[in-house]
Amino acid sequence: MIKPDAEIVQFDNVGLRYGAEREVLSDISFTLYPGCFYFLTGASGAGKTSLLRLLYLAQRPSRGLIRMFGTDAITLPRERLPGFRRRIGVVFQDFRLVPHLSAFDNVALPLRVAGVSEREILRPVADMLDWVGLGDRQHARPATLSGGEQQRVAIARAVIARPDMLVADEPTGNVDPEMAMKLMRLFESLNRLGTTVVVATHDLHLIGKVEGSLLMRLDKGKLADPTGALRYPPRRATVETGLA
Amino acid sequence: MIGLRLSFSLPDGRRRSDTRLLPEGSLSGPMPWVIAIMIALTVVAAGSGLALRNAARAASADLEGGVTVQIVSAAPAERNRQAEAAIAALRRAPGVASVSRVSQGDLETLLEPWLGTRPGDDLEALPIPALIDLRLAAPASPARLAALRARIAAVAPAARVDAQSAWLAPVFGAIGALQLLAAGLIALLAFATVASVLLASRNALGSHRETIEIVHMLGGTDRQIARVFQRGMAVDAAVGGIAGLLFGGAALLALGRAFAPLGSGLASGAMLGWSDWLALAAIPLAGVALAVVTARLTVLAALREML
Repeated sequence: MIKPDAEIVQFDNVGLRYGAEREVLSDISFTLYPGCFYFLTGASGAGKTSLLRLLYLAQRPSRGLIRMFGTDAITLPRERLPGFRRRIGVVFQDFRLVPHLSAFDNVALPLRVAGVSEREILRPVADMLDWVGLGDRQHARPATLSGGEQQRVAIARAVIARPDMLVADEPTGNVDPEMAMKLMRLFESLNRLGTTVVVATHDLHLIGKVEGSLLMRLDKGKLADPTGALRYPPRRATVETGLA
Repeated sequence: MIGLRLSFSLPDGRRRSDTRLLPEGSLSGPMPWVIAIMIALTVVAAGSGLALRNAARAASADLEGGVTVQIVSAAPAERNRQAEAAIAALRRAPGVASVSRVSQGDLETLLEPWLGTRPGDDLEALPIPALIDLRLAAPASPARLAALRARIAAVAPAARVDAQSAWLAPVFGAIGALQLLAAGLIALLAFATVASVLLASRNALGSHRETIEIVHMLGGTDRQIARVFQRGMAVDAAVGGIAGLLFGGAALLALGRAFAPLGSGLASGAMLGWSDWLALAAIPLAGVALAVVTARLTVLAALREML
């Protein structure tokens, strides 16, 4: 399953600080491979969201090297960022739905941004909304949706364009356990199709539900690596063992 | 994936499927009104400038080959003799298209506003110069005037030869200054329009910053976002431009009606032709183009500051 020469993300000694504050992330080094499922855990304030922001290219690091999809992401020209971002699906912790757009239009947004024709958008978006249980709320604006419904719209938006990598920040935080498992099954399905999935969560129970997943744990801005699977350069034996 | 069909072709984002990325909000703010006022003032300034140009051109065409010969002699008989001799000499001069003496009746009509026509007034008793109106085939250059003076000097020593355009030179100067003023006003209005659009675009960017960040995170390009703002600005500018053109055009027509009764040569020449009205109709188009380009450049410059 793992192709060590085709890593999708590689962090090497990455640090991040906001302004003149102390570093919120220090000496972060890891490698993510295509088709793997990763959980990112850590206490509140450990730096999970900051690490995810680096992963979905919302932030440049203060130091270190980041390679994404085989390209140096630090020196990536600004005009090439959209092409990379289209390969990454993001579920934001605060959903970040566009308030003036309906649930349908929010989910269709990545496709419209990518230039998919309206004719080709209708069916997949409707199917996706049906699947997350919001088929009858297609025309509802985010303000009229519950927290759980908004979260499902955010997840549908993140996966609709079949990204190479899915980054989800607490994606099951506002849904009931049944819907949480259903969403994890969706992530697993995407993962089986080759999408690399990174899920930040507090829910340790959820982690055990995804077979073969790897764990990244952040502690005060530093990456603890309980399985040793994520280190760069990777420990091959441990990686293979971790997936066995 | 779990009974979910996600089949579509993902192009590279160059297609313009960027509708509904942002709330357009067209016609909801003050922008159409601001642009309408700017365009109306520009139309009035440009229309006035064109009318002044037309007036200057008409007057210049009338006066270009015009020469006035005055026989300034206090003795009526001598004045008449020199006038007739000068007319005869001028008719034989090369380059003269026509020669005519201004009749006594026309002279009295010309002087009537200053000298009056009360019973008992005797204009014949005043030493009014005899006037000869001369039309040259070519413009009355100083060399041609000198040649004319030399030709009639022997037969009409009391003659004074002047180009008619020389008398209106200060008027043409004033018209030129007014045209410059109109051009300056148009430039200032264009600058004010750019400044207004710049402020409106920045304000709109601030209002939609969060949505823009989301669109960016989903892979939206600066150009896609800028197109949305451009389109909104184009609608605002088009509506404002049409309204401004109507207001400005109506103001020009009203001014034309107000000036028409003056009936003087200059005022009657200050009419707008079809080509002028077409040029004025192009002002809203120029306004839309200016607003769209300004909005695009402003938005792109602001977006470049975001990651």
